[in-house]
Amino acid sequence: MLSIKDLHARIEEKEILRGINLEVKAGEVHAIMGPNGSGKSTLASVLAGRADYEVTSGTVQLNGKDLLDLSPEDRAREGVFLAFQYPIEIPGVSTINFMKTAVNEVREYRGLEPMDAVSFLKLMKEKMKLVEIDESLLKRALNEGFSGGEKKRNEIFQMAMLEPSLAILDETDSGLDIDALRIVANGVNKLKTPNNATIVVTHYQRLLDYIVPDFVHVLYKGRIVKSGTKELALELEEKGYDWIKAEADAQTV
Amino acid sequence: MTTELKESLLQHFNTLEKTSSALLTDVRKEAITAFQDLGFPTVKHEEWKYTNLKNTLAKSYAIESAAALSAEDLKSLTHLPIDCYKVIFVNGIFSPALSSIDGAEATIEPFNAGNQEIVQANFGKKLPYNDSMVSLNIAFAATGTLIHVKAKKHVKKPIVCFYLSDVRTANVFAQPSVLVVLEEAASATVVEMNRSLGSNTAFTNAFTHAILKKDAYLEQYKIQNDIDNSNFIHNTQIVHEGKSNSYTTTITLNGGLVRNNLHITLDAEHCEAHLNGLYLEKGAQHVDNHTLVDHAMPNCYSNELYKGILDGKSTGVFNGKIWVRKDAQKTNAFQSNKNILLSKEASVHTKPQLEIFADDVKCSHGATTGQLDPEAMFYLRARGVGEDKAKKLLVHAIAFDVLDKVKHDELRAYLEQEIEERLK
Repeated sequence: MLSIKDLHARIEEKEILRGINLEVKAGEVHAIMGPNGSGKSTLASVLAGRADYEVTSGTVQLNGKDLLDLSPEDRAREGVFLAFQYPIEIPGVSTINFMKTAVNEVREYRGLEPMDAVSFLKLMKEKMKLVEIDESLLKRALNEGFSGGEKKRNEIFQMAMLEPSLAILDETDSGLDIDALRIVANGVNKLKTPNNATIVVTHYQRLLDYIVPDFVHVLYKGRIVKSGTKELALELEEKGYDWIKAEADAQTV
Repeated sequence: MTTELKESLLQHFNTLEKTSSALLTDVRKEAITAFQDLGFPTVKHEEWKYTNLKNTLAKSYAIESAAALSAEDLKSLTHLPIDCYKVIFVNGIFSPALSSIDGAEATIEPFNAGNQEIVQANFGKKLPYNDSMVSLNIAFAATGTLIHVKAKKHVKKPIVCFYLSDVRTANVFAQPSVLVVLEEAASATVVEMNRSLGSNTAFTNAFTHAILKKDAYLEQYKIQNDIDNSNFIHNTQIVHEGKSNSYTTTITLNGGLVRNNLHITLDAEHCEAHLNGLYLEKGAQHVDNHTLVDHAMPNCYSNELYKGILDGKSTGVFNGKIWVRKDAQKTNAFQSNKNILLSKEASVHTKPQLEIFADDVKCSHGATTGQLDPEAMFYLRARGVGEDKAKKLLVHAIAFDVLDKVKHDELRAYLEQEIEERLK
């Protein structure tokens, strides 16, 4: 589904991704872990098409299509979804209105008729239940005055509405209490099908108790320095990142 | 500055003096002298630094010309999907015959011998400073219009003043003058809209003077959505003579050069004034909002929110003065002006001016100018919303922030629709 080859990216003059290689197949959950500043969030942003980053070399393909050539909206329409680490507050735009626009823009791209109000409402109610979010929240201005947990739940709600083939969760666990974490993780798990894939970017192993990964990769200094299964995450939790840093630094010397 | 228009206006005044009634003679003579001395404002006047009338004044105009509007023209020009009283002005002159004001809980009539006492006592009085455009209007206000609401009367439907210009055959200069007097505990909603028919230039210099007695309540809306060739100057003076409240909303969607002078005097304790404004500009539009809130007495409250969204090569001006006089202790005065520039060629000049002479007051102001938030744009786009639609969503959000404050439901729905249309 997703194939990243030798991806290099920088912001201004600083190179942050320095040769990422990653293959993600349909039905898989991949966790990207790593110490602060290792490039985890940059990778998520670059995949979603944030303009601040310049891709200097490498390729990213989604279902055979070159992702890097596409605008952020077209990437979303092709099935990429980024759950933001810090979802922005947008006064004056309600989540419902925004989602109506987004869902229909995606449908139009795929050559489908726009969804009528009744079907939209039905879909919305169904997805609301899935992520345990209240309708009153969705009628309010997007994320405005939402708590951290509400914002993240809203992200997963939007993900449910858009049904992406590739979901990238950027530190979705940051700042969540255990209940919020459980609700968010439950939502993600319920949305999992054999046809989609999830990349979970996180600093802590905790989230992976709830969203169980098939593969765990450790990012350090802009490269994936170690890959393994969920046991790797447990090992990291126990021993921290220093041993991996030491290993990786020794190899480059 | 001497212009052809100035000369012909002075001439016209002298002709009128020989023929017209003695209404407002003194105040009008004073006004024409003031106008003669000051002339039309130029960019050398501090208050007109960014709004240049030169091109507008370079044209020839028919003054107070009569117009024959067909029933159909009138219908399309005064179309408004809300239940209201319609007060029709054609080329600046009130036409009772074309208006539909039957049953209004207010007296709506031309200045005349019967109402001259109330007109003379109020019209053109207590202006905060000399502005030659106001003087010019007053000089010709023998043909003014009175909207008078008696004590304890509530006008149930909005009174909508349509300032129509018929510019099918010539450029037209028009000067509607309106005096609104709300007696004790009276309330009314007054809407003012300017619309033109034809493709020549409409140049309108309107003056609305509102007097609010004790416990009066005024809701005022200015909806400016005219042809590109419409140059519109609207001078508004609201005087809170007794403890009273006013809500003023100024919405500019289309036109050529638009200048709004909105002056509010809080001349009694415990008054409240709310000023809201929205200007959506594109092309070569120029919109200038000059507001002044004069806190003359203690314990008053004023709150002002103006937002601008500018595209194309349009220019905007916001100048917000707040005066808090020495005696006006316990004043609460707030002001905010926010601008979004959608194109590199659009520009806006914003200047808050607070002059505070009392020491126990709460005042704040803020002005910002920027682009649409790139983070918000990315967020919307990352969910599949195209760049254009994302822009529109954000622009809508800004506009609706001001619309939220429109209290009249039907009017708000109408404005929402007009803005929707305008942003298409």
